[in-house]
Amino acid sequence: MNILRSETLPLQSSDDIVRARQAVRAWAVEIGFRLVDQTKIVTAASELSRNVCDHGGGGVLRMEVVEDGERKGLRLTFEDKGPGIPDLELAMKDGYSTTGGLGLGLGGAKRLVNEFHIESAIGKGTTVSVVKWV
Amino acid sequence: MERIPILKLGNYLLVSIQVDMHDQLALNLQDELTARIVQDNAKGVLIDISALEVVDSFIGRMLANIASMARILDAETVVVGMRPAVAITMVELGLSLPGVRTALNVEKGIEILNSLVARSTDEYPAE
Repeated sequence: MNILRSETLPLQSSDDIVRARQAVRAWAVEIGFRLVDQTKIVTAASELSRNVCDHGGGGVLRMEVVEDGERKGLRLTFEDKGPGIPDLELAMKDGYSTTGGLGLGLGGAKRLVNEFHIESAIGKGTTVSVVKWV
Repeated sequence: MERIPILKLGNYLLVSIQVDMHDQLALNLQDELTARIVQDNAKGVLIDISALEVVDSFIGRMLANIASMARILDAETVVVGMRPAVAITMVELGLSLPGVRTALNVEKGIEILNSLVARSTDEYPAE
């Protein structure tokens, strides 16, 4: 997979989540996602950015335009150095929440993208990487 | 402080969300709307989300909360103008807005409010 373009945004506050949504939308439009897919990747980005801010104590979003043969896509990597997730399987389940939310963040975001990877280490942090192909 | 305007239209309150909401703005709206329902003795709340390009679980929860709080304060809520791409995304995300009534546009939303309010007045007519 070739990386054609890359940019890193901070994720510390609610304003950063808004900025992340806007940046992801702009890139998704630029590389030719249709409207429904733009909405899906922006919504996934919003959920995952909020996880970084609310659970991970802040972190960064790395946005990349990637190319795999003929197809182009957007890869978004969310990194925090927070407490980590003790039980990934449980955290991926709908309805599971530690902050009184709807608990749709991880599982829901996974359904909105084509590829989803998560790594988490207790006391070290969590990295979620998603790809959506045009 | 940045705010979302709340307009009074007869017995109803009308809110049109025109900005990409950050979390605090969403929470402020929730607080202000509940205060205005009581202050204005409103019977219905109409929330226009036609300008919203994204409804994530946070905004979805806010809409559901407003509808529940309004119901407890004897007011009905209708959310209008959802974009088709937003509806598709919300369903895949797993967000079904339980307890929130929706209509395609403001006009239809007002019709729903009129019939809901008329029904509740029929059930408990004034002496």
